[in-house]
Amino acid sequence: MNLPAASFGLFGEAFEFVFSGREAETGGVTVGGTSQVLDLAARQLEVTLLALAVAVLLALPAGLLLGHYGRGEFLAVSAGNAGRAIPELALIALMAAAVGVGMFNLVVALAILGIPPILTNTFVGIRQVDRSSVEAARGMGMTERKIITRVELPLAVPTIMGGVRTAAINIIATATIAPLAGILTLGDFIIARNVYGDAGVLAGAVLVALMALALEAALAGAQWAMTSRGMKLKRS
Amino acid sequence: MTEFLAVTAAVDESFFTDRSGGGCIQENRLFCPDWVTDNYDRYLDPTLEHLILVGSAVAAGFLIAFALAVFAHRHRWLQTPFLAGTGILYTIPSISFFFLLLPLTGRGAMTAIIALTAFNLQIIFRNITTGLRNVPPDVTEAARGIGLTRSQVLRQVELPLALPEIIAGLRIATVSTVALATLAVFANGGGLGAEIVTGSNITFKTGIIVAGSIAVLMAILFDAVLLLARKALTPWQRAAP
Repeated sequence: MNLPAASFGLFGEAFEFVFSGREAETGGVTVGGTSQVLDLAARQLEVTLLALAVAVLLALPAGLLLGHYGRGEFLAVSAGNAGRAIPELALIALMAAAVGVGMFNLVVALAILGIPPILTNTFVGIRQVDRSSVEAARGMGMTERKIITRVELPLAVPTIMGGVRTAAINIIATATIAPLAGILTLGDFIIARNVYGDAGVLAGAVLVALMALALEAALAGAQWAMTSRGMKLKRS
Repeated sequence: MTEFLAVTAAVDESFFTDRSGGGCIQENRLFCPDWVTDNYDRYLDPTLEHLILVGSAVAAGFLIAFALAVFAHRHRWLQTPFLAGTGILYTIPSISFFFLLLPLTGRGAMTAIIALTAFNLQIIFRNITTGLRNVPPDVTEAARGIGLTRSQVLRQVELPLALPEIIAGLRIATVSTVALATLAVFANGGGLGAEIVTGSNITFKTGIIVAGSIAVLMAILFDAVLLLARKALTPWQRAAP
């Protein structure tokens, strides 16, 4: 990296921080650099995907069943509304202070954030499936299980994935403050300014933003791949 | 564990002055009601700051999204790029957005408000657009038929009919912003997040719970007010069975 850092101001310093590292504000050691960046990025992705997987595994089957049998509308819909009101910072801080720091507790706290939008969207998506399609499937002799997996689920994919994407954005954003719960993610560059300096803070911000956008793009792609061909035809 | 001194250098020495004299705080139990009754005044300023953060961000988000949506209503081809642009702003985590603004606006409440506004835009824009699109064409054609101009149709017919959708968007945006604004503390933007981080640094559970609960209550209150506003502003909906 031979570009003169000064010509880019703080962005140049952030660039240097990511690729070659800088001396810590506290002096002595070198912080930043590709190996630490990749380390923290990998940790952030790991935490995010784990929590998202837990949220999907819990909320998706519940939403499918509640939606299929038309039960618990109040629960499913108010979960989504209540979920938005949870202050992420308070949730992480309380989890760390009351239950303890560490990977397991962090993943639980992040999964709690991811469950409401997936549950609500799955429920709504299944309820929106045309009842005559379900009746036709039943008339063809499909079991309830097959109706859910072969008829309702494919037709509800866009709505369900909308919920998964909302959950993923919430989780990766909140994983940024995971250092409060003792797990060092890219957010450490942002939060521990006294160590990394403003160059580290800006570098962290850019990396977190890029990572969130990449995850969103990947999930949009996954949604496209999971949507059945018939539904894509209908839309165009 | 990393200490977050940069954010909360000042946990003043009087913090744990236990005016009630009980043992709850010394033992740091999950929730100490006495501490709350003795120290509620500690939360007044952060609550006010939080209200200002949320109020400014939602108001600014609404004004910008409204202008974009009305403009894109006239020029339909703009809806896709506007949706994509606001989508990017929505996806970038607020805590990251604060510091992307660092070289431009530095630290402070203004930085937090800009980032929270950017987050809001898509939610409000999407709902205004959907609301306007869902107005039945018969109705707008009838309005044109009796001689209303396009802007009269927009103001007197389309916007009132889209109002339920628009307020639904405002409710989602407001409730989410109340929760997200707790992160403003990392940008030195004040608000209830400052009390949460202070509580977190010294693992004082009651402090975290109180500040978090005020944020949740604030979200519920904003939601109720907007719901009442919708009922007051759309009297024709009450007539429907």
